Amino acid sequence: MTYLVTLISAIVVNNFVLTYFVGICPFIGVSKKIDSALSMGLAVTFVMTITATVTWIINHYVLIAFGLPFLEYVSYIVVIASLVQFVEMFIKKTSPALYRTLGIFLPLITTNCAILFVALIQAMRELGFLESVVQGFGAGVGFTLAIVIMAGIREQLEVADIPRAFRGAAITLITAGILALAFMGFTGLTSA
Amino acid sequence: MADTTVHRSITTEFMKGIVRDNPVFVQVLGMCPVLAVTTSVANGIGMGLATTFVLVFSTLIASTVKGGVPPQVRIPVYAVVIATFVTIADLVLKAFFPPLSASLGPYVPLIVVNCIIMGRVEAFATRNRPGLSLVDALGMGAGFTLSLMVLGAVREILGSGALLGVALFGEGFSPMLVMILPPGAFLTLGVLMAVFNAVKAKNDPVLIRT
Repeated sequence: MTYLVTLISAIVVNNFVLTYFVGICPFIGVSKKIDSALSMGLAVTFVMTITATVTWIINHYVLIAFGLPFLEYVSYIVVIASLVQFVEMFIKKTSPALYRTLGIFLPLITTNCAILFVALIQAMRELGFLESVVQGFGAGVGFTLAIVIMAGIREQLEVADIPRAFRGAAITLITAGILALAFMGFTGLTSA
Repeated sequence: MADTTVHRSITTEFMKGIVRDNPVFVQVLGMCPVLAVTTSVANGIGMGLATTFVLVFSTLIASTVKGGVPPQVRIPVYAVVIATFVTIADLVLKAFFPPLSASLGPYVPLIVVNCIIMGRVEAFATRNRPGLSLVDALGMGAGFTLSLMVLGAVREILGSGALLGVALFGEGFSPMLVMILPPGAFLTLGVLMAVFNAVKAKNDPVLIRT
């Protein structure tokens, strides 16, 4: 039950993009078409779940065990960068079809702040192992949900007559604002 | 003659970060701290200065060691350099400005993945001499800090009816709470960006891209 609450909370209530503003770069950059938005979302979910697992282990069995908390940021970023590289090579070898879908998005993920945020927030909230993994997965699903909705709206915006000054990032941000307002309706659904 | 050219190019390099290539309003980079911490002017200044500190030292190091780093591993190398300076900034904030550190929360460590820093390191510092990279970093940092201040000011005035913590309006003012909540961040930045575009288009019609 706790895990279900953690999952729902990570997907809608504390949606990473719309409440913590992490992962905004791909949210704005890769949300022009629904298919590419979905692929990006899947790639992020995949890397996020693995990152949550690996960084939890590193945090508890290396950093805390040896009293090195000041190395947190340095070790997380190295882990994430090498993990993304490894995942890319692994997918390329094992599933060329999946690689064609996710391939170009994987390098971008290293600098996606949502991934680092997953690692940071589990250490801050002192989550247990399974809870961390569930939260990482839920955050990824939440990101996918937000970016796919955004892409759907932007496909419609293509044909709209937008005032010149608002074109581009400006109208995208305002749309995101309205989307965030809608997501605020989920507040109070869970207490976590 | 040579002296004036160098001087002018230094001024241009510095000023481009503030208006022409403003990291927030033009390049749309580093959005996560821009939206997250600008609930007040003080937070905006704190985040802007912390980012500028990391940006300046990372580009200095990157442009100094650029010859010795093999191109294949340059991203991890620069990431470690950036993460080191972020750790320094975080520890300094925690030690000397605990309230600011608490209100910026996890967004201080997130400076590591701020695209402005990796972007300037990749696009400028690895191709230019340390001196010019320093000027570029200072300009970008100033542009970033100013943008955060403007955004923080708008949101603090509308959302809390105050500026730098000093109440501006009388008792009768009821603040627009939404402005300091997440949706307000998106709306304010979207509108400010449109204003920036409109002003830019008026001053230089060639610059606006459609």
